[in-house]
Amino acid sequence: MANDVWVYIEHKEGETTPMSFELLGIGKTLANELGSGLCAFVIGQNVEPIAKEAFQCGASKVYAVEGALFKAFNAEAYSKAASFLLNKHKPELALFRATSQGTDVAAASAAHLGFGLCTDSIGIRGEGGQIKLTRAAFGGNYTVTVVNEKAKPQIATVRPKAFAMPEKDASKSGEVIKEALTLGEADLNTKFLEFIKSQVKVNLVEADIIVSGGRGTGGPEGFNVLKELAETLGAAVGASRAAVDSGWMPYEHQVGQTGKTVKPKIYIACGISGAIQHMAGMKTSDCIVAINKDPDAPIFKNATIGIVADYKVIVPKMLEKFKSKLHK
Amino acid sequence: MKIAVCIKQVPDTEAEVKWDTPKGTLKRDGMSPITNPFDEFALEEALLTREKYDGDIVVITMGPEKANDVLRNALALTANEVHRCTDDAFAGSDTYATASVLAAALKKMGGVDVVFCGKQSTDGNTGVVAAEVAAILGWSPLTYVSKVRQIDAANKKIVVERAIEGGNEVIEAKLPAVVSVIKGINEPRLPNLMGIRKAAKAQIPQWNADDLGVDKGKVGATGASTKVVEIAVPPPRGAGEILKGELEDIANIVTDKLIDLKVIK
Repeated sequence: MANDVWVYIEHKEGETTPMSFELLGIGKTLANELGSGLCAFVIGQNVEPIAKEAFQCGASKVYAVEGALFKAFNAEAYSKAASFLLNKHKPELALFRATSQGTDVAAASAAHLGFGLCTDSIGIRGEGGQIKLTRAAFGGNYTVTVVNEKAKPQIATVRPKAFAMPEKDASKSGEVIKEALTLGEADLNTKFLEFIKSQVKVNLVEADIIVSGGRGTGGPEGFNVLKELAETLGAAVGASRAAVDSGWMPYEHQVGQTGKTVKPKIYIACGISGAIQHMAGMKTSDCIVAINKDPDAPIFKNATIGIVADYKVIVPKMLEKFKSKLHK
Repeated sequence: MKIAVCIKQVPDTEAEVKWDTPKGTLKRDGMSPITNPFDEFALEEALLTREKYDGDIVVITMGPEKANDVLRNALALTANEVHRCTDDAFAGSDTYATASVLAAALKKMGGVDVVFCGKQSTDGNTGVVAAEVAAILGWSPLTYVSKVRQIDAANKKIVVERAIEGGNEVIEAKLPAVVSVIKGINEPRLPNLMGIRKAAKAQIPQWNADDLGVDKGKVGATGASTKVVEIAVPPPRGAGEILKGELEDIANIVTDKLIDLKVIK
């Protein structure tokens, strides 16, 4: 149907995680509001297993471009295929996760089709047949709601974890519609050579729990106890700009305006004062635990639970309690 | 080698930003503007590339007269040439319109081998303009670059590392390429006093819509497909609870509360 909601399914050489399907949750809500259908779209070498899971997560149709050229992610090839599908079927809205892959494909697809897009959406609603997309602006101090009146499909990227996961029903199935796109290696300017895997165990953006440290940790050694707490909780380790700029933690851990935007269920901030630039990256976390020696630290204004104490004293105590309560 | 850099002027990341809510625009007066922090890494990468391979650096921005400041900073850092893309018709451009203007400017320069830009701006925060510029021009899109391994202008080839989720991807691409860089790719240098003095006196050349051959109906507020319909202040998170008492008890309470959320496995 012409006013369907489409969700782009990310994968890495055919491998998906439950997060690959997360937008089918909000996609279903929107499709219901618009009285339309929910479809997934996939670019890859073998889309069947991915399509099967998409049906279980609520998609009624899966549109696909399949071929050996699409085995590994290639921004150019995937965007050409995605914009080809979007142009051919012109759904109402196409949603992508605001990850590196989702953002690249969404941006290039919008450019191929010749219009703008809304990025890192944290609110989406269908009202009277019109879709309103809301994003955070300027450090999360404002939200901006946009509509796209001129172009179809509307393209948006969505902040990971901003919406509930879809319900899974193993009995559901649907129709896979494969479209042929003639594209060869000679048509591409870029070639994937190799992937160097990171040593970091838990990815910040995907993490449900983040233990983060700032200037107040006093040095790289300060992060040792935070890493231990993170390990116990299965959490990712975050850092403020001050800690990264001081060389205590690598940049891939930075949370904030010049780092990553995260939305975990639990964010434990240790020795972080709560500068605007840091808050911009974590303000929408579900539960913020702030630990700081300074009772006037601005982070307490946004904390769900505040603890006025030296992290060096309280974190080891928390670690000990968690270990005994969780039998670890 | 011809090296281009796209930069943007943004409000200082440490400053509180104010919106003109009825107008839906940013209150720019009284704000100290800076070069977008990510673009400083792009400028430095251009300087390092010129040092290594020789060539010229051309820096462009799109913006009002105030944006001359960031171009002067680029000149002080010894950029060979700067241009400001400006036209009343550009005001209110969305990402695609912005990318179209920048793409037109890059095309006008002619013979560009590599374009560096920051991975995103700290005001708009969209992080899509580099990918859009590459798509419009049909040049190699190389986003989130954490290392430039090699540029071979003679054979029109570049090899980079892209920092993406879970690790680094190594990509070989044809030139021209649009490279968006992340923080930490290098250590941006500061301009020296002589450079600053020289740049202060420089005339900043301008390119308007006609110079760039840009269709005025397709850029700015008229051309933008996305329209802001509402600006709001998000509801406050609500007053949190400060745990008081002995640290031992606090540790006990906070761990209980967090375990009760049923997130920890």
